[in-house]
Amino acid sequence: MISIRVNGEQHDVPRGTTVADLLSLLQVQTRYCAVELNRRVVPREAWSHTGLDPGCELEIVTLTGGG
Amino acid sequence: MLHSSSDRPLVLGRHTLKSRLIVGTGKYATLELMQQCLVASGADVITVAVRRERLVDSSGRNILDFIDLQKYTILPNTAGCFNVEDAVRVARLGREILRVNENPGADWVKLEVLADTRTLLPDPVATVEACKVLVDDGFQVLCYTSDDPITARRLKQAGATSVMPAGSPIGSGQGILNPNNIRICLEYLKENDPDYPVIVDAGVGTASDVAAAMELGCDGVLLNTAIASASDPLRMAHAMKLACHAGRDALLAGRIPKKLYATASSPTEGVISIQPRPSGSGG
Repeated sequence: MISIRVNGEQHDVPRGTTVADLLSLLQVQTRYCAVELNRRVVPREAWSHTGLDPGCELEIVTLTGGG
Repeated sequence: MLHSSSDRPLVLGRHTLKSRLIVGTGKYATLELMQQCLVASGADVITVAVRRERLVDSSGRNILDFIDLQKYTILPNTAGCFNVEDAVRVARLGREILRVNENPGADWVKLEVLADTRTLLPDPVATVEACKVLVDDGFQVLCYTSDDPITARRLKQAGATSVMPAGSPIGSGQGILNPNNIRICLEYLKENDPDYPVIVDAGVGTASDVAAAMELGCDGVLLNTAIASASDPLRMAHAMKLACHAGRDALLAGRIPKKLYATASSPTEGVISIQPRPSGSGG
C-alpha cells in the first residue's frame, strides 16, 4: 500500500493504483469532475494510464454554485 | 418590449450573448429555486465556482443536474483564490470539466484573485499577473477588479477579454458607490475601442443599481447575491431582467441633460393666469 493525499485527506491505496482506479475506489460520480495530480490537471483521457506515486497529492473537483 | 434589433448583442470575445445580465448560481435556498431564477433573469451566461467533490456522503445532487448545459454557457470563477497559482489551477480545472461536458464555456474564466477576506477586494497586482498567465494559456479572461481606472487599463493591456469593475464589495448590496470611477473606467477602456466590454460585477443590491450601471454605459452587469438573497428571489430576478433592459434602452434613447434651472413642460404663452415678475433678472 502507498500513502497519498486526496482532497486534503490521507488515503492508503494499493501500489499501482491509477487515477481511474482511485475514482472507482472512492465511488466518485465522475461526469462533472476534474482531477489534478500534484497541481497539474490530468485530462480525462489519461485517467486510466496515470499511476499514483507515494506521497502524491490529488484534488478531485466539481462545479458548484458561485457568483 | 422594444425591438431588440435596435441594439447589437453583447459580444464577449468569442461569445455572443442574448442577455446583458450575467447571473451567479450561489447562495440559493434550493437548487430548484436557483433554476427558476436563472430562467426569470433571462441570462444565458451563468457563473459557477470550482470546489472539491465531496468524497463521503455524496448525496448525488450536483448543481449541474439543475443547469441545462445546452441552454447556458457556464462561466467558471476563481472565487476563493488569493494568489496567482491557485487562480490558474482553478481556472484550468473549470475548463477541464466544461471541456468534457462540451459546454462552450470551456474557453473562458471569470478571474478573481482576492487580497482580503473581509472586504473581498481584489489583489490588483496578482490579478494582472494571473490574467497574463491565463491569456497565454488560451483563456478568454473576464477580470473582476476594483473601480480603479488604472488597474482596469492594465488588465486590458494584459489581454483581458472584459474588465469587470465592482460597484461595491461582493454581496454588500451597496450598488455603484463611485459612478465617476466607473465613468472613467469606461472612458479609458473604450478609448479607440468603443465595443470593448465593461461589465459591472459585484455589489449590486437591487434593480435600480442594474439600471444605473447600464445607463452609465456599461455593457452588462454580473450579479448573484441581489437575486439569491432577496426576500423573493424569483420576483427580483424578473426585476433585474427588466432593469437591465430599461437601463440599456434609456442609454440608447439619449437622456436629457441635467440643468440647474427649470424649463417648463407646459407652454408659457396663452396662459390666463397672472405671472410673477421673472426672478433673477435684476428687477
